[in-house]
Amino acid sequence: MTAPIVVDQLHKSFGSTHALDGLDLTVARGEVHGFLGPNGSGKSTTIRVLLGLLRPDSGHVRLLDGDPWRDAAALHRRLAYVPGDVALWPSLTGGEVIDLIGRLRGGLDETRRVELLRDFELDPAKRSRTYSKGNRQKVALVAALASDADLLILDEPTNGLDPLMEEVFQSWIQRAKDEGRTVLLSSHILAEVEALCDRVSIIRAGRTVQSGTLADLRHLTSTTVTAETGRPADDLTGIAGVTDLESVDGRVTFKVDTDHLDEAIAHLSGLGIRSLQAHPPTLEELFLKQYGERLPAQDESPEALAGSSADTVGSGSGDGDRGTGR
Amino acid sequence: MSAITTGRDSTGPVGAGPSSTASSAGLTGTGLTGTGHLVRLFLRLDRIVLPIWIVGIVGLVAASASAVQGLYSTPALRAGYAATVSSSPAAIVMSGPAQALDTVGGITLFEINLTSALGVALMAIFLTVRHTRTEEETGRTELLRAGVLGRHAPLAAALIVVGGASLLVGALIGLSLLGLGLPAGGSLLFGAAMACLGLAFVAVTVVAAQVSEHARAALGIAVAVLGVSWGLRSLGDVNDNAASWLSPVGWVQSVNAYGDQRWWPLLLPLAFAAVLTVVAVQLGRRRDVGAGLVPTRPGSPRASRLLSTVPGLAFSQQRSALLWWAVGLFLGGLAFGSFGNEVTTMLEDNPEMKDLLGAGGSDDLVAGYFGLILLILALVVACYTVSSVHRLRAEESAARAELVLSTPTARRSWQFGWLAVAGLGTLLVLLATGLGVAVADALVSGSTERSGELVGATLAYLPALAVIGGLAAALHGWLPRLGLVAWAVVAGCFVVGWLGDLLKIPESVRDLSPFNLTPRMPLESMDWSVVGLLSAVAVVLLLLAVVGLRRRDIDSA
Repeated sequence: MTAPIVVDQLHKSFGSTHALDGLDLTVARGEVHGFLGPNGSGKSTTIRVLLGLLRPDSGHVRLLDGDPWRDAAALHRRLAYVPGDVALWPSLTGGEVIDLIGRLRGGLDETRRVELLRDFELDPAKRSRTYSKGNRQKVALVAALASDADLLILDEPTNGLDPLMEEVFQSWIQRAKDEGRTVLLSSHILAEVEALCDRVSIIRAGRTVQSGTLADLRHLTSTTVTAETGRPADDLTGIAGVTDLESVDGRVTFKVDTDHLDEAIAHLSGLGIRSLQAHPPTLEELFLKQYGERLPAQDESPEALAGSSADTVGSGSGDGDRGTGR
Repeated sequence: MSAITTGRDSTGPVGAGPSSTASSAGLTGTGLTGTGHLVRLFLRLDRIVLPIWIVGIVGLVAASASAVQGLYSTPALRAGYAATVSSSPAAIVMSGPAQALDTVGGITLFEINLTSALGVALMAIFLTVRHTRTEEETGRTELLRAGVLGRHAPLAAALIVVGGASLLVGALIGLSLLGLGLPAGGSLLFGAAMACLGLAFVAVTVVAAQVSEHARAALGIAVAVLGVSWGLRSLGDVNDNAASWLSPVGWVQSVNAYGDQRWWPLLLPLAFAAVLTVVAVQLGRRRDVGAGLVPTRPGSPRASRLLSTVPGLAFSQQRSALLWWAVGLFLGGLAFGSFGNEVTTMLEDNPEMKDLLGAGGSDDLVAGYFGLILLILALVVACYTVSSVHRLRAEESAARAELVLSTPTARRSWQFGWLAVAGLGTLLVLLATGLGVAVADALVSGSTERSGELVGATLAYLPALAVIGGLAAALHGWLPRLGLVAWAVVAGCFVVGWLGDLLKIPESVRDLSPFNLTPRMPLESMDWSVVGLLSAVAVVLLLLAVVGLRRRDIDSA
């Protein structure tokens, strides 16, 4: 059986706007897949294509071994969706919406419904118009998580939830994963992605720029090392892969490519290490590396911006100045 | 010029209301902060809709008025016209009191009264709801109110923009009449009267917008007030009693522009508008943004059986609107139906006219009256049909469709769920209309002889309504952003149906309207080939709607 989601070279335009410009995405069975990208990068558009709401211009899309455009209704028996911006019927209560969506989907798990309402602290008797954004989000989450769907497609589902609810959300996604369900999780909250996701795909301007496990991605970038040594460590610059060296009162801070970590530490050790801290790049750093400094330059040609690493799925050629330093 | 002065008078209370109460709380000015910005925003939002209303109303009125000129050039011709219409309750119901019919101006007003008065009032109602409750229901007011914006600023801005539009329409109508060579004083007075009527219905609508949480209900309430106003003035004008004085429409008609030329009755709609505005401000003070006057009760934590399918959902969302429409059109049917018998009575009192019409003339005239009012009522039902079909678009653009379509619900099922409710709702509203007419007629005439025939004649418009609904659905399927076209078609059907004779619209053009094709039943006999044709067109349009929606993107933005 193939992966639940396979997207290959997906293109989609709205008028003159190229929302998706050759996007690739593969989500394997049973994994929680993080789908990252700045606002307007095409995450929601991709998800709407996967749901058969939008018709792709070109490219190949398979969802649960079917064509999401042609077989939408049949495929939807096996998936549940939480939109990024949940709109409900103002006159219906949250409980009514949960039941309605559940019934349209062919039934929901009553026990789970009760547990979810309790865990998310949602009052199902309030009318939707009185719900805050976070509460509307909870309605959609409860409806989705109370289903027996094999595949959960969640578009920024915790946008608007408070930190306590974020924790509840994470425990439910963990539970879904333990049950063997597949989750596509589009998110801005990187801590959430780090905690939950097996693999991530980072997209920008409608293209995938990186995809892989967090370990893979980290491996491609550098580790930050801070050390105090007996003798000054100024000659570290001579070691390949070391960048951003700063030296203050016998303390050095530098970044080193993961491939050259061993040499750097060996060198420090020869100088007499008094204290040593090393941390791998956080997802934030990975993310910012891809986007942070380039966000204002949205209209640069995608080729110049696409993947900077060997694991890049996108077709762009690497770029010189901001890559991982290989 | 005078119209503009009176306009300022009427907007005065808007400012006076909040500041007079606010001054005691030391909040002078804050209630209206940002009104100017909102006015600009509304004008920007209305840059297409507003000119359509204004040009549409003034254009229709001016064209109708111009068509009358020259037809009644001699006193004898005018006397003939006056004799015909002033003794016809039906004409008075549809067109207003028989005043100054010995002048060209009086006859002109009689011909344009329905179009201009209903036009101005409906514009006031639709635009005011659009800028008050609709904004609030969609949550945009909340966004704006969170900025530097006074509590009453949205209401004040709506009053200024729509009140201003009413004044403009009034002024342009006055100037058009003047331009046709009618007496200046009377022309401007009629223009001022129409402006005041607009202001009165702006005020009615701002109150209606406070009462209900839903824009559609606010529309329903305001349109019902208009219907009752028209009914009261009809009763008053036909029976020559004081009922007209209970109606804003009656007030503005009593100026008798080309006769006595009374200006003072215009104080009534202005005072009425001022009082209602203060009421709206006071009501607005008592409620939260987004809420209606009646606080929302906690609902059910579990969905009823009804909420298991798309048609069930669609019905639950339209239940109250459907009820309002059905009740409103039942009452409208009662009002218009109650005059049918008077047409007979009138003819019995006028043996000459009966002779003129020849044998069976009386029955024909009654049948002609019913044929006409059923056509107009069916066009009102068409407004229900279009607004109900447009729910599809509302569901889609609010992204609620997305949630439903992410379940195993095919697009076709989603579409048909909502269309089924629109269709059955149309049948129900049409039936309520027919029953209203038939019940009133039976009560007044004391016989149920015509009842079945009247209900049947009303239901004969069902295929025409299906065509209109099918058109709206097909537009949604292919060009979802052009929903306005469906309204334009309904307006066009009204023009050819009601003003076709006056504007000398060729028969071939009139027959493009499915309502004109439908036999005017008590008068004409049933024509099943037309029913078949219209039904076939409706089916084709519905198929087109399905194909269109299947091919296009769901447009949630």
